[in-house]
Amino acid sequence: MDGALRFESSGIPARAGVGLNAAHYATILLDRPDVGFFEVHAENYMGAGGPPHRYLTAIRAAYPLSLHGVGLSIGADRALDRDHLARLRDLIARYEPGLFSEHLAWSSHETGFLNDLLPVPYTDETLIRVCAHVDQVQDTLGRRMLLENPTTYLTFAESTHDEVDFIAEVARRTGCHLLLDVNNVHISATNLAYDPFDYIARFPLAQVREIHLAGFTPQVDEAGRPLLIDTHDRPVDAGVWDLYAHALRMTGPLPTLIEWDANVPDWSDLHAETVRAETVMARHAAVRHGAG
Amino acid sequence: MALADRQAAFGAALLDNRLPAPQGLLGPDGKPSSRRFAVYRNNVIVGLIDALSDSFPVLRRVVGDDFFRAMAGFYARTEPPESPVLLAYGAGIPAFLEIFPPVAHLPYLPDLARLERAWVEAYHAAEAVPADVSPLLAMAPAMLGALRFGFHPSARLIRSAFPVLTIWQMNQPGQTPAPVDMTRTEDVLILRPVAEVTIQPLAPGVAGFLVRLMAGATLSSAAAASFVEAPQFDFAKALSALFLSGALTGWHGGAATS
Repeated sequence: MDGALRFESSGIPARAGVGLNAAHYATILLDRPDVGFFEVHAENYMGAGGPPHRYLTAIRAAYPLSLHGVGLSIGADRALDRDHLARLRDLIARYEPGLFSEHLAWSSHETGFLNDLLPVPYTDETLIRVCAHVDQVQDTLGRRMLLENPTTYLTFAESTHDEVDFIAEVARRTGCHLLLDVNNVHISATNLAYDPFDYIARFPLAQVREIHLAGFTPQVDEAGRPLLIDTHDRPVDAGVWDLYAHALRMTGPLPTLIEWDANVPDWSDLHAETVRAETVMARHAAVRHGAG
Repeated sequence: MALADRQAAFGAALLDNRLPAPQGLLGPDGKPSSRRFAVYRNNVIVGLIDALSDSFPVLRRVVGDDFFRAMAGFYARTEPPESPVLLAYGAGIPAFLEIFPPVAHLPYLPDLARLERAWVEAYHAAEAVPADVSPLLAMAPAMLGALRFGFHPSARLIRSAFPVLTIWQMNQPGQTPAPVDMTRTEDVLILRPVAEVTIQPLAPGVAGFLVRLMAGATLSSAAAASFVEAPQFDFAKALSALFLSGALTGWHGGAATS
């Protein structure tokens, strides 16, 4: 990786945070609830001005902030959108987020922006492509990014790498850090019938700087097998809490985000999820010494 | 299979339900599963419909939820977003409504969509500080004619052959739609001078007056053209609407500058 990138301390505490939703702007500013940090989707703050920026500026003044991109299309076969990278750079300069994360996924194509986090086949060609894009992001932004493990509903016949090995190799080649979405691990492992505890045990945990937790919707496929959908529309599942505790025993405490983006509940219900996450963290995460 | 071929096939089939699921997409037993590909198909289209639904709540209420979602799905398959910034998505909806046969009997819909679109654009427009107009109110009328004005970046005008603002207002949450005189025309100024979007009706001729001023015309030439365009144009009312709108960020020319 670029030697100019130096070790950085994120400024995001090893506590539970919340994905910021417009429905809670006023409550947060009036009540100043005790949460570790807020995280926003970068694309929601790419308008020129207006209330979203006014609220975010006020919230940023009172809380640590993490920036989460959903539209960069790092896994696409084509070059990254330079305009979009410039918008990210401007947003980072404006709000100085402690962490910036994006997905191992693609979404942009000739037909346009496909508005979902689409899966990539794990091949040598994809690996080279993804590493080049992560290098470009880190060079352009002048900082390390976190790459998030995907939700998967299927596998590709052409894949030649295991998902964990693929992600570990991207982190090794680019020096990027990782965002471990425990809900995604639970969903993917259920959908593709593998052991999520083993997945986490093999994950390059030393590179993980943040954890995501969320709720999913259970469905079944045409053969009646479980097919969990990553909907972020309900509380965190019991199985995901177990997996989170399992991860924490190996990582120590980490910034942990509650993602609840659809059917957004009252603030008190959302806050209760952060309290639970911090309870699990206190019980299961021994403090790491010399981590970094 | 090369990454480019994989993504070309995957992307094309996502937005076109007539295409079969691409080859080589497997379930846990290593066999093809089209149901799993359908999850992505559904995510993409539902996400785009939801984005349009957020931007056009009045349009949705007027045509009904089910019709709106079907129409938005048709639009999304035809015109998917070009940018990952979905705040801008839906700019093509008014033009789409002009030519979408199932709504041909609702000729006011395109203007209603223009009004909602203008609201979203004003909401996200760049910040600017409205000018204090008290110096203008103190100026001698003879000094005003040569002035040219700077407008707030959020300012949008809708000139409708229908009572578009009345329809918009009676379809706000908590309001009950009632019969409307469809022969009435309405012009509207949409603005976000500070944090809130404001919507105000304009008297006859005022919209044309503002359009010319926004294009950089002097006050006197904009007023003269407005008298020609609308015989009932009331210059005093237009001036007061302009000065009190919060739409001005500055002026130059004449005896005073800012």
